Amino acid sequence: MIGVLVKIAWRNIVRNRRRSLMTASAVAAGALAMLLFLGYTTYIFLGMETGNVQHLGHLRVFRAGYFLYGAGNPTAYGIDGYREVMREIGDDPVLKPMIRVLTPAQSLMGIAANYRSDNAASRTFFGEGIIPSDRARMLGWDQYHTGIFHPLDPGMSDADESSGLVGTGLARILNLCAPLKLPDCPPAPAAAPAEEHRGPVNADIAELAGRDAPQAEQAPEGAQIDLLAATVGGAPNVVSLHVASTQPQGAKELDDAYVLMHLGLAQQLVYGREEHKVTAIVLQLRDSRYMSAARARLNALFRERHLGLEVRDFGELVPFYGQVIRLFSSIFLFIALVMGMIVLFAVVNTMTMNVMERINEIGTSRAMGVRRSRIRAQFLIEGTFIGLIGTVVGAALAIGIATLVNRSGITWIPPGNAIPIPLHLDVLGRPLRAASICVGLVLVATAAALLPANRAARLSVVDALRHI
Amino acid sequence: MTQPAATSPVVRLAHVSRTYQSGALEVRALDDLSLEIPPDRFSVVIGASGSGKTTLLNLIGCIDAPSKGVVDVCRQNIAELDDDAVADFRARNIGFIFQTFSLIPVLSAYENVEYPLLLVGMPAAERRRRTTAMLEAVGLAAQAQRQPNELSGGQKQRVAIARALVKQPQLVLADEPTANLDSATGAAIIALMRRVQADSHTTFIFATHDPQLMSHADEIFAIRDGALLEHRRSGA
Repeated sequence: MIGVLVKIAWRNIVRNRRRSLMTASAVAAGALAMLLFLGYTTYIFLGMETGNVQHLGHLRVFRAGYFLYGAGNPTAYGIDGYREVMREIGDDPVLKPMIRVLTPAQSLMGIAANYRSDNAASRTFFGEGIIPSDRARMLGWDQYHTGIFHPLDPGMSDADESSGLVGTGLARILNLCAPLKLPDCPPAPAAAPAEEHRGPVNADIAELAGRDAPQAEQAPEGAQIDLLAATVGGAPNVVSLHVASTQPQGAKELDDAYVLMHLGLAQQLVYGREEHKVTAIVLQLRDSRYMSAARARLNALFRERHLGLEVRDFGELVPFYGQVIRLFSSIFLFIALVMGMIVLFAVVNTMTMNVMERINEIGTSRAMGVRRSRIRAQFLIEGTFIGLIGTVVGAALAIGIATLVNRSGITWIPPGNAIPIPLHLDVLGRPLRAASICVGLVLVATAAALLPANRAARLSVVDALRHI
Repeated sequence: MTQPAATSPVVRLAHVSRTYQSGALEVRALDDLSLEIPPDRFSVVIGASGSGKTTLLNLIGCIDAPSKGVVDVCRQNIAELDDDAVADFRARNIGFIFQTFSLIPVLSAYENVEYPLLLVGMPAAERRRRTTAMLEAVGLAAQAQRQPNELSGGQKQRVAIARALVKQPQLVLADEPTANLDSATGAAIIALMRRVQADSHTTFIFATHDPQLMSHADEIFAIRDGALLEHRRSGA
């Protein structure tokens, strides 16, 4: 019996092809808009995740309390015996197969100064000490095949502890434009009064640098800065950093203060001759899906060994990530609601017209012995067919447009980024979500047909047969 | 599709009234009407427009319910059945032929005739056999795959007759079946119905103004103002 209902429903769609086409077009437009936006948000989400995982790793192990209070004094939250902790993590049979990169990192703050320039300048900096080869491997992580690859850190190597990078803004502030040959970076105008005022400070830093950082004298002239920080013991310490190149950062505040250096140099600055520690042990996993399992295992391990360490994931470290996801999710929800309403009204309108035109046919069918439920089913099937046709066409269009965009090589700079990346519409990047959109639209079309279908089913046979 | 006992009436109406509400006005379409129609007859209900013919056929066809009284069709008190059961009852026992043919426009002639057999869940092979035989019986085997809009008025009514008879119902109801046909086609359709009625021993009940049709009737029920005015048997 269902076969004949499907046959009648399908043939009525074909019979009223223009009307059906218009309604299916509304469904297709809904599917197209929602799938393209899904593709865009998927790209944004996966792109942000990729960028964060490349730079921060999936998980970071800190000394307990660092996440809440460590930013004020990172050096006070060094992990004791970090090499032993790393060995335990790396050798753990549960964690070992999950880990792609396991590396230490040292965060630090201080003052960066360039007193070698005629126009001497200094600025507070936010620095990170890393192992260059580990960082290079981390930057190669691309689980989702986004094609987003941030440039490696030029001029940095495991063997050369004295070289590092600075943010473009910091390079400009410290008058490194000329020695680093930075484009679009005019030299700062001379500021005589400030010079006089800062003179003694610069002299102090120069004196300290000369005393504690003999390698500074061997570094190439002109791309050299001095970094001043307080050691764990509270004493001032200075090291010289050879600025190999600059790397623009997405946020100006960070760009004006960022210093990336070798872990050894960072430890030398922060710990001096005392035991070298790190502020974080970074875990980059092979697959983001391992994150919760790896985190649980790390926590269990630290509890077992009474290590006083805590684990944080990149989402906690970068709240912006969660904010962007919530923003795009709410925009997506809004678009879905609007599209759902359009589809709903289009299908209700069409199905109401179909019912009105076929009242006599409904009466005939009912007189022949067709139950009310089957009349209802027939119109619901029509609504479902229209939804299906529209959704399939919309999905095909979305995939086609996404393919064109993806092949066009368009690049853009997303918020928080400093380097252009290829624009990619990942329509099928989250297949479950894409399938939900398609199924949802078909369900909306079916639900929209319910009202007219119920009306058709409730018709009195006598009235329906009398209808002309 | 069980054949009724030869003597018991296939339709029995006892003190049936049917009133409609038309705005503030109550319209009495049938007024305390009682009648019995024996099986295997070619019966005709006649009367002027508005006399209650169609209402009577609707009650007998179980597509309407009386305001008062009892309607027994094929020895079943229809008031005892719920909506789905009445639909199933119609599907099994009653065939309809409408003045405007009322074929399903998106189904071919063959599919229109096959449709009632699907409703009673008949197996495919038996459905094919009966549908083909029925189309041959009404002379439309060659037009089986045509859509209704590709058929003439007479051909459409033949399809409607085949559709009404294919399930071998106990009762076929026809409301003005020749009203939309020219006289020659009407005569051919009446002859066809008479022939298949004789072959199938199905009870036919018509509502009509057509004198041609009346001349073929075994029984004639004349009604006026919703009441039975006269009941004549042919040859009586």
